[in-house]
Amino acid sequence: MSVVGHQPPPFFKRGPAPLARLVFFVAISLTLVVVDLRFRTLEWARLALATVTYPLQRAGFLPVDMLNDFGGYFSSISTLQQDNAELRQRQLATANLLLRQEHLELENQRLRALLDMKDRQPAEGRVAEILYAARDPFSRRVIIDKGINDRIVAGQAVIDDIGVVGQVTRVFPLTSEVTLLTDKDQAIPVQVMRNGLRAVLAGAGAGSLELRFLAANAEIQEGDQLVTSGLDGIYLPGLPVAKVARVERDTAFGFARIVCEPLAGIERHGMVLVLGKRVVTEAPPPADNEERKDKPAKGHRTRKADH
Amino acid sequence: MQPTHSSRRILLPVKGWFIAISFTFALFLNLIPVGRMPFLPDWIALTLAFWCVREPLRVGMGAAFVLGVAMDVADGSVMGQHALAYVLLAFAAAGLARRILWFPLQQQALHVLPLLLGTQLLMLTTRMVGGADFPGFLYFASSLVAALLWHPLTYLLLIPQFRPVERDENRPI
Repeated sequence: MSVVGHQPPPFFKRGPAPLARLVFFVAISLTLVVVDLRFRTLEWARLALATVTYPLQRAGFLPVDMLNDFGGYFSSISTLQQDNAELRQRQLATANLLLRQEHLELENQRLRALLDMKDRQPAEGRVAEILYAARDPFSRRVIIDKGINDRIVAGQAVIDDIGVVGQVTRVFPLTSEVTLLTDKDQAIPVQVMRNGLRAVLAGAGAGSLELRFLAANAEIQEGDQLVTSGLDGIYLPGLPVAKVARVERDTAFGFARIVCEPLAGIERHGMVLVLGKRVVTEAPPPADNEERKDKPAKGHRTRKADH
Repeated sequence: MQPTHSSRRILLPVKGWFIAISFTFALFLNLIPVGRMPFLPDWIALTLAFWCVREPLRVGMGAAFVLGVAMDVADGSVMGQHALAYVLLAFAAAGLARRILWFPLQQQALHVLPLLLGTQLLMLTTRMVGGADFPGFLYFASSLVAALLWHPLTYLLLIPQFRPVERDENRPI
């Protein structure tokens, strides 16, 4: 029990000293950083917090949408003006129509290419739109407009009409985060289409890729096309990935330095296809090698049909 | 020597709800999806530095930590990256608050610039240790833009505290 008059007046009570508070918060923050970088066990907290801040995030879209509407308003005015001009000048109108037809044709072609890709894959795909590039300047990620509600799960491969774009790494209720192939942490097993040479392609940042751990005398040349080898069980085999842009063979190092350029429009925005999760064939146990020879070669496709 | 604020008016005490609204609006500005634009300032860091300098007893490291975690989730960066940087920013800003307020606004901005640059440097170090690649020197441009915004931001955030100018001859203040 304190005696009245023996306690300091309340305006001197400011809680713990600033240095103590600093040590406390820095310790928590560092713990968070280490846990997230090393063990990656904080995804549940991220999902919960993202759900809480979702209304604000949604509100963040308003200015962008408004700008788009603003642009649409003025473009519609210009369309009206064009219509006026159309009535007066027949020739101009036909030119305008032709231009639009060309644009539509192009769009049709691209959509058809996407659909065709969907047909060719045994796995199901889901067309999604890239909303924006993630703000984090240290990584290469984009946000697409499909999430848990559309049964997207982390790990699915993402392609566009030309080739592989990347992989879904985080899923939120209505959006998900796709790590692009050019991200430094992203790697993809590939095969050189010309001679079947297998290697691992890793992102090098700044919009380029690097073919790692190939011997300096490996048979590879500029212009070689790289396709997925499918060894990882994530990407289907045979999807085009990149083209070799430059090969530097320095005998001082054991490995060649091979810089590649992605084929897909990775740094551009547009429509992508999220491929369904691939069903992986488990490796056969070494004992029944002879038994497996009787089975058809494409084991995983037949197994897929059962599911 | 008296403090040389550009406005010599005596300010009203700050309202708690106004601080909360300013932080919410800063978070909203940070959440606008414009992609990777290096010249956009980090509004949260700027607002946090402002309130830590103006009201070191109201806004401190606790608020900095909460806002930092929110930004980590919004940015999709490593958890704790922004939190760590903002907590240190709040500590430094509160420590320098008594000094900074003696200067005119332009020179205040010169004090705030190294604080914001230090925040970015800290985030850069955290990520580089974690294995990310260097995003280029343009990354630091956002701090420069933020320091330029210190002057207008001060007026904007102090608006609710300016009392109406009505002179009473008997009581000059």
